[in-house]
Amino acid sequence: MDIIIIGLLLGGTYALMAMGLQLQYGVARIMNLANGEMLIAGAFGTFWFFTASQASPFYAIIGIVPFAFVVNWAIYRILIVPLVRRARSQGQLEVDCILGTFGLSFILVGILLAIFGGQYLSYSYLARPIFILGEPYGLNRVAAFLGSAALCAGLYGWLHHTRAGLSLRAVSVNPAAASLVSINVVRTSALAFALGGAVTAAGGALLSMFLTFDASLGVVFTLKALIIVILGGVSDIRGTIIAAFILGLAETTVATLVDPGLTLAAAYVLFMIILLVRPEGLFGRRSS
Amino acid sequence: MRQPLAQSLGAAVQLSGRETRSLAIAALIFVAVALVPLISSGYLLSIATSILFYTALATSWTLFSGPTNYISLATAAFFGIGMYVVAWGIELMPYPLLILLAALAGAALAVVVGLATLRVSGVYFVIFSLGLAELVRQIMTWLQHVLGTLSGLYVLIDRTEEEYYWQLLALTAVIFLIGWWIGRSRLGFALRIIGNDEVVAVHSGINTARAKVILFVISSTFAAVTGALAAPRWSYVEPTVAFSPFLSFQVVIMALLGGVHRLWGPLLGVIPFTLLWELISANFPAQTTLLLGATFLLIVYLIPNGVVGLLEDALRQRRRLLQSAGGLLARGGGASGPVKSLLARWRSRNA
Repeated sequence: MDIIIIGLLLGGTYALMAMGLQLQYGVARIMNLANGEMLIAGAFGTFWFFTASQASPFYAIIGIVPFAFVVNWAIYRILIVPLVRRARSQGQLEVDCILGTFGLSFILVGILLAIFGGQYLSYSYLARPIFILGEPYGLNRVAAFLGSAALCAGLYGWLHHTRAGLSLRAVSVNPAAASLVSINVVRTSALAFALGGAVTAAGGALLSMFLTFDASLGVVFTLKALIIVILGGVSDIRGTIIAAFILGLAETTVATLVDPGLTLAAAYVLFMIILLVRPEGLFGRRSS
Repeated sequence: MRQPLAQSLGAAVQLSGRETRSLAIAALIFVAVALVPLISSGYLLSIATSILFYTALATSWTLFSGPTNYISLATAAFFGIGMYVVAWGIELMPYPLLILLAALAGAALAVVVGLATLRVSGVYFVIFSLGLAELVRQIMTWLQHVLGTLSGLYVLIDRTEEEYYWQLLALTAVIFLIGWWIGRSRLGFALRIIGNDEVVAVHSGINTARAKVILFVISSTFAAVTGALAAPRWSYVEPTVAFSPFLSFQVVIMALLGGVHRLWGPLLGVIPFTLLWELISANFPAQTTLLLGATFLLIVYLIPNGVVGLLEDALRQRRRLLQSAGGLLARGGGASGPVKSLLARWRSRNA
């Protein structure tokens, strides 16, 4: 029972960061290996805000989201657009994006190291128990889960009930056809990429409430987010949310029953299963 | 059945004049490089050792990732495995046997990863390789915890710097020979087609998964052997050091800087980069990650085809210039006054 509730709480928090990557990979079609570093940057920003002001980390999100949005917009404009122009094929673009964002991830780690140093950080917020079905759980985990759920719901509503959201979904389905109905694909992709980065950073802010983190942890989260997105089927946001819960449960199971140091192994086992059984993901369409 | 096999073997070792010449030059360079420890033993030897170390890693990386365009970010995983096999067994077994075991362990991991990821296309492989070093590190740490051994292990054997250098050189030579052999085999041809267009490769009847897995295993085995050779030099082996993501990153940078479409391409990246790295780590020890990332981006954006690409462009341009100059000379009769006199002067000087 413990495992299920902690797993669901963790999965819900993962859902937000995975939705960020889903926007970048599923809509903007950019494989962003620096995604986890953006998440860690959000966590560091929250840490800095909380230790400086002692105000609720939720206020930090209000500042982090627009900031990350602008930064990611700039990254797309400055770093990604030249690669898109240069690429002669989708495959070429994919290789260039992987290399470009891989380099970017090291730059971000370098910047974080320069500002905050290399030690592990954590802070204590809402570190008291809350009782669910008679068992105690960390209130900070519940708070992070609720924050993530609210943001996910907002994002989902925005995608499905506004015109801008509709054009984002159209680009996700087929960029070429989207441009035929006068959607500016480059602008929409930039929007999706920037929004994805902002959502990821918000996910980092929420995760920082109960996790210990350091500058080099980004790659682990990049990997988790990628596995969630692939498991869910790349272009399906419902799949992403369900997959996030699956990963949360799998990780908590391994951490509780085997060893807390093996969380990545749980993610990899899931990844192996997807690759062997259903490479297109839960909700993905099998390509011919 | 026997006849065609013998024929194809004969064809495989039959060399054109140009190839014989390249081989002879390579052999000369090999001998010259082997003599370095006799000349110098201090700083120069340590730089040369670093260059060989990274050449072995970057060239073996390129064997797979160069022709196929499948970027592997997992060098550190295989390197670390090789290192750990030696660290664990050094009290129990002789060192040469451990090198063999390290190669086997690296190959086994590569088979598993390859079979899982290389049957489906492209990007899954990259994602899998991205976290592989971290995964293996977690598993190693856990195993040590379960087995109750210390997290750090000492590898102490009697080996001089010179011996390490020659071992690395021998390994590099083997990598180059195998790379050269693959380049002229059917396997190499298949890989180049896969790199150009995987759909075409499938339709021409190439077993793409098999070709990719074989090459990935070869490439990873060499990374594991490099780790096994490096273990005694580092003498203290620890998970965070052995599986450092930095190493995977450096290897990719160097290979890209040099150029991945020629066997000797990475070498041209390793030499300038090792020197640059010495400079960076000596002067800005706190900012290495940042500077490394920035260098990497510069390479990806400014010289996507590496030093080899730059060289080949320059050669092509020179040839074109020479050709157009030759054409002008031939058509000298049609040129106007000043050009004519210039041409006449040119001819008389060259006559």
